[in-house]
Amino acid sequence: MREIGLRGLLALWAGKIAIRLSRLLGRGGSNLPGRLVRRIDPTLLGKLARQCRGGRIMVTGTNGKTTTAAMIASILGEERVVHNRSGANLITGITAAFVSQAGLLGSVAADYAVVECDEATVPLAAVEVRPDVLVVNNFFRDQLDRYGELEYSVARVRAGIEELAGQATVVLNADDPLVAHLGSSSPQALYYGLESDYPGLEEPQHAADAKFCARCGSPYRYTALYYAHLGKYRCEQCGDERPSPHVFLRDLVRLGPYGSRLEIVVPSGEVLGVELRVPGLYNVYNALAAASVGVALGVPPAQIEEGLGGFSSSFGRMESITIDGVTAFMTLVKNPVGFNEVIRTVLEDDGDKPLVIAINDKFADGTDVSWLWDVDFERLARSEAEIPFVVCSGIRAEDMAVRLKYAGMPPDKLLIRKDLGQALEEALRRTASGTLYLMPTYTAMLEMRELLQRKGYVRHFWEA
Amino acid sequence: MRDAKRTIEICHLYPDLMNLYGDRGNVIALARRAAWHGLTVQLSHVSVGSPVDFRRYDILFIGGGQDREQRIICRDFQEAKGSSLAEAVEDGVVLLAICGGYQLLGEYYQTSTGERLPGIGVLDVYTEAGDGRMIGNVVVESTLAGEPRTLVGFENHSGRTYLGPGVQPLGRVKVGGGNNGQDGTEGAVYRNVIGTYLHGSLLPKNPWLTDYLIARALERRYGSAELRTLDDDIELLAHNAAIRRAMSRPGV
Repeated sequence: MREIGLRGLLALWAGKIAIRLSRLLGRGGSNLPGRLVRRIDPTLLGKLARQCRGGRIMVTGTNGKTTTAAMIASILGEERVVHNRSGANLITGITAAFVSQAGLLGSVAADYAVVECDEATVPLAAVEVRPDVLVVNNFFRDQLDRYGELEYSVARVRAGIEELAGQATVVLNADDPLVAHLGSSSPQALYYGLESDYPGLEEPQHAADAKFCARCGSPYRYTALYYAHLGKYRCEQCGDERPSPHVFLRDLVRLGPYGSRLEIVVPSGEVLGVELRVPGLYNVYNALAAASVGVALGVPPAQIEEGLGGFSSSFGRMESITIDGVTAFMTLVKNPVGFNEVIRTVLEDDGDKPLVIAINDKFADGTDVSWLWDVDFERLARSEAEIPFVVCSGIRAEDMAVRLKYAGMPPDKLLIRKDLGQALEEALRRTASGTLYLMPTYTAMLEMRELLQRKGYVRHFWEA
Repeated sequence: MRDAKRTIEICHLYPDLMNLYGDRGNVIALARRAAWHGLTVQLSHVSVGSPVDFRRYDILFIGGGQDREQRIICRDFQEAKGSSLAEAVEDGVVLLAICGGYQLLGEYYQTSTGERLPGIGVLDVYTEAGDGRMIGNVVVESTLAGEPRTLVGFENHSGRTYLGPGVQPLGRVKVGGGNNGQDGTEGAVYRNVIGTYLHGSLLPKNPWLTDYLIARALERRYGSAELRTLDDDIELLAHNAAIRRAMSRPGV
């Protein structure tokens, strides 16, 4: 009570009631409760956050925020962390997460705060939460209709870093030139990246966003390209190049959709061996980011290893669900780079790969479905022998079907079932046993979970 | 069939810079449909650097980009490619330009900071950044191919484009902002050049326009164009779904 004052207490209780009500109504929504709290006491978030004295960590960037934040929480110990784990990452969602986890008198028992934060929200959240560590994963084009331009996201994050002016350690992905360049605004940058001879891409993907020097605009020369525009780059014109990472991946064994085995070197020279139970190169990057946060906070290496090894999938990120003898992998798709990596990971698996792709175009999904044309579905079509069918679902099911037809997928393998329930039924009927892949956009994922949860296959995410 | 020996050369300009919002889907659609029509397709890319004789191509495509990229293209137009592009247009080359590419074909594009980027002036239009972006699904009615037909797409632009007497609009907006949110026009047409704000991608969901462009290109090179009848069931489903979706746009 002393920490938050009377006004704060009022806001806290109102918020707690609103959150409870919204759950009773069967929605996990945190936007309205958060807004209500901030209307009553706009300083409450700051007052709750500053009680986390072990460290406040903020995670931003286009892809991997939710997973990275969950990995960090796993390293620090779930019970010691306040965390907006459902991915509500605007200021209202962050506020609601703290409100729901604070005590009735406004005390926060957690040592740490792990806050996933939307790029555009970073400056505001930085002022209120005052993070000790700020992680920036990557910048890819995402939901451009919401913010206009990628440059805008980068500028917002840069403004946040400048706001913190040397008071926070900034953990940056050295392999993404747009991210690495933020280091110029921050003397205390800790870089992470890949140093293994991981076989890169044969050619740049269409979705790459930073093939030109962030400083002078000339084309970068890449000696290695891992995915999208992530790799080892150098500008021949002005000499701008990838900084040497302090925390890096030395060795990597990929295990298809089941995960990867990693060796991570930390600044002390120690080598961490991690059995990562989530798949794909994008999760390797998330793990490196989380390990770097551990390093920045002085967490012992063994605890980092254990935390990453004990981490299983976060909300909607390659979750596996068993449905009547079928193993369904559900993974969120939201932008070209993420979708490309999902395709790459799925194709690493042996055997038949039946797919359900559900594309919605509500606000949270991005209302423009043009991004589907930047996804490398041609790669999927080249492996069509392993793909018995694709059920296209969601509000923009037909757009998805057209995209696959033009990628070269035989039209007779394309089924349009706009209704998600029918799509799931159809796919399960055709998949007697084995594996099924579900690839929904954000709101389609919520709907799909709702359907599966009603049948008892998955839990409510706020219980997860 | 005689058409099988026919070749069509498609050139994608600045694919590494002007590639916002899936505009490359237009090139995919052109190449696929040309092949389905029995044509041999040659696809090439041209980016910043040395001059190119664009008259040798049949179809040119340029997509949208952000201000930073537009500045780079603008310089390349002035220094290397603008005059060749203008000559090719007069020669009847088919050219489709989307959003940022469309703006740079006009007289100029004035950004929100007041900076004026000169265009190459093959389209009698000019563009000035306005307050607020026009964002959302769009339906346009176009008489480009004779009978009125619909085009569906997605717009996302702060630039307001105004047409001069030297161009025709591509169509009238049924839903959406269009060129400038005021005069009800969308896009601009001059000879075989089409500039438009429609992403989506535009061509895959509007197969009639794709075939129109291919036909114009064949007429220029071979003097005649007879295209096959393709099965467009899935495309038309997507076209109609996009119309329904546009009708739910706020304010419609």
